[in-house]
Amino acid sequence: MTAFTKTKPAILARGLCRHFGRRVAVRDIDLELGYGEILGFLGPNGAGKSTVMRMLTGNLAPSAGSIEIGGIDLVDRPEEAKKHFGYLPEMAPLYRELTVTEYLRFAARLHRVNTSRIPFALNRVMKGCGLGDSGNRLIGLLSKGYQQRVGIAQAIIHDPEVIILDEPTGGLDPNQIREIRALIRELGDNRSVIISTHIMAEVESLCDRVQIVNDGRTVFAGRIAMLKQQGISVEEVFVRSTMNSESQA
Amino acid sequence: MLTIAEKELKILFCSPLAWVILALAQVVLAWVFLAYLDTFLQIQPQLVKIANPPGVTETIVAPLFLVAAIVLLTATPLLSARLIAEERRNQTLTFLISAPISITDIVLGKFWGLVIFFCAIIVQVVALSVSLLLGGPLDFGLLLSNIAGLCLIAASFAALGLYISCLSAQPAAAGAGALGILLSLWAMDSVTAESTGGIVRHLSLLAHYANFNRGVIDSFDLAYFAIFIVTFLLLSIRRLDRERLHG
Repeated sequence: MTAFTKTKPAILARGLCRHFGRRVAVRDIDLELGYGEILGFLGPNGAGKSTVMRMLTGNLAPSAGSIEIGGIDLVDRPEEAKKHFGYLPEMAPLYRELTVTEYLRFAARLHRVNTSRIPFALNRVMKGCGLGDSGNRLIGLLSKGYQQRVGIAQAIIHDPEVIILDEPTGGLDPNQIREIRALIRELGDNRSVIISTHIMAEVESLCDRVQIVNDGRTVFAGRIAMLKQQGISVEEVFVRSTMNSESQA
Repeated sequence: MLTIAEKELKILFCSPLAWVILALAQVVLAWVFLAYLDTFLQIQPQLVKIANPPGVTETIVAPLFLVAAIVLLTATPLLSARLIAEERRNQTLTFLISAPISITDIVLGKFWGLVIFFCAIIVQVVALSVSLLLGGPLDFGLLLSNIAGLCLIAASFAALGLYISCLSAQPAAAGAGALGILLSLWAMDSVTAESTGGIVRHLSLLAHYANFNRGVIDSFDLAYFAIFIVTFLLLSIRRLDRERLHG
């Protein structure tokens, strides 16, 4: 019985494969996320990004390969491993009938936050996500930007070591995007974050490392700082690496 | 598990659906109750002349519980349809599965949420029956057997409805499916009522409920309900688990 340990990578996935019937969605992807690191996970639509995200969060069982969250095997001990990450899927999973506070309290209890600490946790995430005065509003009546904030709030309510965000800024206006990015940057200071996105500027401004997948394979992995040093933009890398494999195929 | 049941109830009582169903159930039950009461009062003078006359519990309460089972049967698809199908449609199923709880917890939480709601309807029936104490004594043995039967049949309806909801992403389709299956289970009972015995009759939920209704608690009926409930809960768990494995 090994507990969550910071001597091992926050997420370590080796040889992930996934096929749906005959179609192969993901073939042999490795993914590693260190502590306090923000990883940008990129790829064209249909490249297998969401499939990988779903596997990392236990929503889909990998056909082959292993996933460890801080040294805990996700397949063997899913309940133990799931305590240590928060996940915001592409579409924020919200109950429109509940108020923000009711929903977040439910999220906290689902993630086994100690009952006595729930008010404290609620206070912390509502402040952190700029939801200060909308606690009693119904989620269904909130604007898209606020709903997205509630989505992020539920992902961090249990103060997880790892945060997995699938297109967190999709459908937001430029001001909201700036706010959400600032929030993610703040989260990345003392936690590990994976973001999937289509916005290259977002990756450049937020992430420490970038991994690009195409056609179910990793086609590029590298540090943003290194790219900047070489004077190459993420967009160039993206276009080059994803166009290449298309012409090969 | 309790967290999910509590959330289910909270969402249910936020919507007008729960209140409409409770109100309509109360209207129907009260109406039937008063009708039986009326009949009883009319035939009472003749009943007194019989050596061992049936009491109020047999003439009013037992038939009332039969109607209550039908009320629950029709309410089930309306309530069970959204259990999993709606979570799937709103993408909140992902949220539940990513949380550190097992699929068994999710299924059981949903199941208990619905059963607890059904208990509210059962309380209505019991309250109507107990109100007869104003006029005379009740046969509490028969009443308890009826309550036990109604709870079991309600739980069976809930388990079946939950499973049908697991199969679909559209609440309406899940509701229609559950309604169809429940009605055919009911039809099985009345179609085979004349030719007693036979395998078909053994499969009908209401046939087993009829024994409880007469005050007979048979271990065969208990086993039937237990197997029915457990089977559909296991099927639901398997179904959700399969989705994770096979996409």
